[in-house]
Amino acid sequence: MFKVIEKEMIVPNLYLLTVQAPDIAEQIQAGQFVILRSHDDAERIPLSVADWNREEGTLTMIFMVVGDSTSKIAGLNVEDFVPTVVGPLGKPTEIKKIGTVICIGGCYGIGSIFPVIRTLHEKGNKVITILEARSNFLLYWEDKLKSYSEKVIIITRDGSSGQKGHIKRLSKILQEKAIKPDQIFVNGCTFLLSKTSRELSHYKVPIIVSLNPIMIDGTGMCGVCRVTVDGSTKFACVDGPDFDGRVVDWEELLQRRKQYLNEEVVLVHHSGCGR
Amino acid sequence: MGKLDLNRREMPKQPSHIRRRNFNEVALGYTPELAIAEAQRCLQCKKPFCIDGCPVEIDIPGFIKCIADGDFTGSIRILKDKNCLPAICGRVCPQEEQCEELCILNKKKAPVAIGRLERFAAFWETTQDKIEMPKIAPSTGKKVAIVGSGPAGITVAGDLIKLGHEVTMYEALHEPGGVLVYGIPEFRLPKAVVRRELNYLQKLGVKLVTNFVVGKTKSVDQLLEKFDVVFIGTGAGLPWFMEIPGENLNGAYSANEYLTRMNLMKGFQFPHSSTPIKKHKNIAVIGGGNVAMDCARTALRLGADNSYIIYRRSEKELPARLEEYENAVEEGVIFHFLTLPIHLIGNENGWLKEIECLRMKLGELDSSGRRKPIPIEGSEFVMPMDAYVVAIGNSPNPIIPETTSGLEIGRRGNIVTDENGKTSKDRVWAGGDIVTGAATVILAMGAGRKAALSMHYYLSK
Repeated sequence: MFKVIEKEMIVPNLYLLTVQAPDIAEQIQAGQFVILRSHDDAERIPLSVADWNREEGTLTMIFMVVGDSTSKIAGLNVEDFVPTVVGPLGKPTEIKKIGTVICIGGCYGIGSIFPVIRTLHEKGNKVITILEARSNFLLYWEDKLKSYSEKVIIITRDGSSGQKGHIKRLSKILQEKAIKPDQIFVNGCTFLLSKTSRELSHYKVPIIVSLNPIMIDGTGMCGVCRVTVDGSTKFACVDGPDFDGRVVDWEELLQRRKQYLNEEVVLVHHSGCGR
Repeated sequence: MGKLDLNRREMPKQPSHIRRRNFNEVALGYTPELAIAEAQRCLQCKKPFCIDGCPVEIDIPGFIKCIADGDFTGSIRILKDKNCLPAICGRVCPQEEQCEELCILNKKKAPVAIGRLERFAAFWETTQDKIEMPKIAPSTGKKVAIVGSGPAGITVAGDLIKLGHEVTMYEALHEPGGVLVYGIPEFRLPKAVVRRELNYLQKLGVKLVTNFVVGKTKSVDQLLEKFDVVFIGTGAGLPWFMEIPGENLNGAYSANEYLTRMNLMKGFQFPHSSTPIKKHKNIAVIGGGNVAMDCARTALRLGADNSYIIYRRSEKELPARLEEYENAVEEGVIFHFLTLPIHLIGNENGWLKEIECLRMKLGELDSSGRRKPIPIEGSEFVMPMDAYVVAIGNSPNPIIPETTSGLEIGRRGNIVTDENGKTSKDRVWAGGDIVTGAATVILAMGAGRKAALSMHYYLSK
């Protein structure tokens, strides 16, 4: 059993969860994830790890409530115990000294890209961090990210903070600021990952995206997380979750993520009033 | 000696029209009367061939004699001396090609039903208030880590704990049991049976650590800092696909995914359990082994209109156990022999709609000793289908091979060992599907038995 140390809604619909998992905290590296079950008979949910404390043996995840299982995780309280936190799963993000690196985070990815930024900074890269949100009330951790970034650029859909617009404007913003990336990292929803991969492909540098397909075991056993990369099938759990977004089959991935939408609706009804 | 009794006692089963829509166990097991009658057919050969057919060398005539005499306690004692999982082996071992094949009465096509008797003895034990515990040797102070809690690991754990070693077993999933829990369905092997066997091991003192992926949470090298020896029994956990166009469409699964959703994650209880499993109308399962039968029969129980098995060779080459094939036929699974899927066709939303197949004919013998299937030109045809499950096997899971230093790996990604399960790495043994590729529960147990002996010998030096 794994103890919940901290739980907080950091912005509407996005939750921060810290659990005690010393074995994982000792091993984890940037870009890896865990699988968590909130209760017995709960689904196994993959969550990117946004931070950790090796001394205290804790892991921090940031996640969005999108359906039944994530809302159950969000319903956990401090001092509760969860039956499963397993990991660190997936391959760590490959981080070398390369020069100027752009890191783009949106939604839960603002949190999960933090370890990547920190490691890039520690390896001596010049990190330009870009945060994307609909509005300023959906931003978080700016100070934390700033301390490892050369510059933090904010883009909001409504212009309430930073530059007004969305990811389509990113290319222009980078041009205006004369930023030429040697590598790009993106964390967030599949939509953000696919859009960014398209919009920034003209830089002809790797665009490393952290994929988040449906998973069950997370160790290569079931294959539900398969994704087509550069024409061949990969398992995101063991071959990824990082891939070059320029060669990911996004249409297929977006469709595969929708497989259980109807069942999510069933669950919402099932857990409604009177249950 | 009296006249040979060739009346092999049938084991009662749920009628097919009822069981095809429920998840309860198909076979109901012998009553004590049936068991005694069947056991009395055993000739108690002076030189019993049956034992040669058993990978863990159970004293088969011995335990059967006890049943014939009504001494059920005695029979379970003899079984457990060599096999810590009689309830499981009695159900899933392919006895017809092991002990029962070598039974002298098989010459008359009526071998003693050894598997059913083993299953009976194990069941009888569960109805008793007190389970007899074996003697445990005094503590040796040696520490053993077992990676993977499937059949191979369980056997090593059972053997080494009895010899006085301290045993810790690691499992990546949240439930121990490996393929017995995620793979084999409830209707063939009730999960309560597996849990009971694992509880027994824990009572003997085996420590079980779930949610722990060796190779990720800690490496084998790290385990070796804390333990004297390590056994790797991580199984064949990486599913193969056919590598034909359309296999990533929605509605296409690996057998592992389909069965894991169903068994480990209890998809059949959805929405009471949270992991969904789709109820498909027309489902095609590719392959001809026991796993394929399990998938096709599961689909029927979930309410499929048509559940097909598509197999590229003929009925004669079907690798599944005859009993499982017969059960599948009785329940209404439709078999397309000499058929090969070549293309999956989807609709505009990425869901499987049709499967294009090719008819095959059998040619010359191939390297496996079976007649090779050859495509018949121009025989393409299309079947409407909303689900497709690939059950053509697995390769060894790569996590341990990738993260362990100095471990010799074979061409197919398997761990290389000598005949005692010793790997190229100091203090590390391996056994089961991770060494041989996908095989059976009892072969994994046999490998575990050999490795345990070799590990004990090393630890006693």
